[in-house]
Amino acid sequence: MSASAARLAAPLPAAAKGSRGGSKRVLPGFHLTLGYTLLYLGLIVLIPLTALVFKTFTLSWDQFVAAVSSPRVMASYRLTFGASFIAAIVNVFFGLLVAWVLVRYTFPGKKIVDALVDLPFALPTAVAGISLTALLAGNGWIGQYLEPLGIKLAFNPNGVVIALIFIGLPFVVRTVQPVLEDTERELEEAAMCLGATRWQTFSRVILPAILPALLTGFAMAFARAVGEYGSVIFIAGNMPMVSEITPLIIIGKLEQYDYAGATAVATVMLVISFALLLVINALQAWQRKTQGVA
Amino acid sequence: MTNKIKTLLAAGLLAASGVASAQQTLLNVSYDVAREFYKDINAAFVPAYKKATGKDVKVEQSHAGSSAQARAVADGLDADVVTMNTTTDVEFLAEKGVVAKDWSKRFPDNASPTTSTMLFLVREGNPKGIKDWDDLVKPGVQVVVVNPKTGGNGRYAYLAAWGSVKKKGGTDDQAREFLTKLYKNVPVLARGGRDATTAFLQRNTGDVLITFESEVESVNREFGNGKVDVVYPSTSIVAENPVAVVERTVAKKGTGDLAKAYLNFLYSDEGQEIAAKHSIRPRNPKILAKYEKTFKPVKLFTVQELFGSLGEAQKVHFNDGGQFDKIYTVK
Repeated sequence: MSASAARLAAPLPAAAKGSRGGSKRVLPGFHLTLGYTLLYLGLIVLIPLTALVFKTFTLSWDQFVAAVSSPRVMASYRLTFGASFIAAIVNVFFGLLVAWVLVRYTFPGKKIVDALVDLPFALPTAVAGISLTALLAGNGWIGQYLEPLGIKLAFNPNGVVIALIFIGLPFVVRTVQPVLEDTERELEEAAMCLGATRWQTFSRVILPAILPALLTGFAMAFARAVGEYGSVIFIAGNMPMVSEITPLIIIGKLEQYDYAGATAVATVMLVISFALLLVINALQAWQRKTQGVA
Repeated sequence: MTNKIKTLLAAGLLAASGVASAQQTLLNVSYDVAREFYKDINAAFVPAYKKATGKDVKVEQSHAGSSAQARAVADGLDADVVTMNTTTDVEFLAEKGVVAKDWSKRFPDNASPTTSTMLFLVREGNPKGIKDWDDLVKPGVQVVVVNPKTGGNGRYAYLAAWGSVKKKGGTDDQAREFLTKLYKNVPVLARGGRDATTAFLQRNTGDVLITFESEVESVNREFGNGKVDVVYPSTSIVAENPVAVVERTVAKKGTGDLAKAYLNFLYSDEGQEIAAKHSIRPRNPKILAKYEKTFKPVKLFTVQELFGSLGEAQKVHFNDGGQFDKIYTVK
């Protein structure tokens, strides 16, 4: 379902380009729409985030530093951002693979597989966490065979990565899929005719075309993973300094009525995430410019 | 804001519908695992109140993590009464001016009609032979507890373990050393009580679960009798279940008398019996004695006795940089 939505969405940039020519506008004037955009963003995003930052202002600078840089909190940043990064990288590879199969091949049950990809979007993440734990814990379906081999996937940082891969997968698939559908196979055929090897065709023709989409998928999967709470806490084991994610630290502070401390840590997360997303956006812009592909 | 509009609308509708259906409703905001207990309490309270006053009432319940509930009430959830499992949660509401400053004196027994204590659950037949606190720090024993940073259950488990050393005449240093060893044996720090029970029973993690006595009943109900054995350590802690009237709401809704009657009902013989049936320790000594099979004698100490108050304990042990953090960060 959302694949078709994405397909619909894909031609939009081209339409926008047409309207920049200035002839016909579907929606009423620029001023009205921009004004509405700013108002909406302000109400939905900016004001809540400002409130967050203001709450942290109740702390003095020293208190702020102490709250956001205690060893436990630092360990949780490393885990949260590290595991999110690994999970997003894994999703880039396997998400691309899934998207490729869905776009290029037809097979029985394809519609079902396509729908399955979206499940992590719809599922309450706590349910995902509990099911993953049931699978991977020492007595779980899979865990019981792995643990004798010394592979422990639940109740340690491995579990965190697995949960984050699960919730991040659809982001990569759904951003890459429409772009793959749009790339013309004639280009590949031309490359083949000109004597390119399979790898050359992939790295010189296909990859540049889908790289911006891949990066976007990466950024979204990463950002989603950084904020994830529900699925992770069931599988992580939540040991301080080892498998405690930053969102849990924030919840922990709230449980102690330490509102200011909680928002301070949240602000740090926000700043790091925002900076990372900016970098990725800049990368994408640079990529478009050098490659000359939209 | 929309809530205000809704309340106004509701008030308007009530006024329009006249005196005939002036049925009062009472909202009891409570902690997670008390859901079944208050369902039974409400079923008993409504007819009792009708008999005493001739008025029809409806009691609604809301359950979630104790501290999360306290925050919701502080932020404006219109609870008439709060029934919590840690005094710090009610103290927080008192600080915010939502409940009376002297809430703990408004009802008998520190405004706690019931209590619970921390016990051990072990696997059937107690294969590791666990009898008391000292057995928990032995090498090879895995202990499942709740993170004291995220759950009252975990705070009481921690304080009970600390107190077990102090009650034997140990020093604070010895207590700290004992807890460091104990938490080294913890494979999973659960987020809350139910989380810990799931890890222990469904995931088969650990050899011992430290949890509330009142949780034993629900474990037996959920997982069947005999899957776990209950171990009563030689000493444990009294965990009070405080209750309070939310003055802000009852002033607005005019439900003060009803709220008081509801909380007093918890102290009645009927209320105390219901508590005992849910493995929550009644204050009434006669009823406690009647259920001595459920409540095996344990030498109990109070938080006040060893830690001053839960608030003090919070500062020393659980706040950032406190003893609990040191256990995990100092190598």
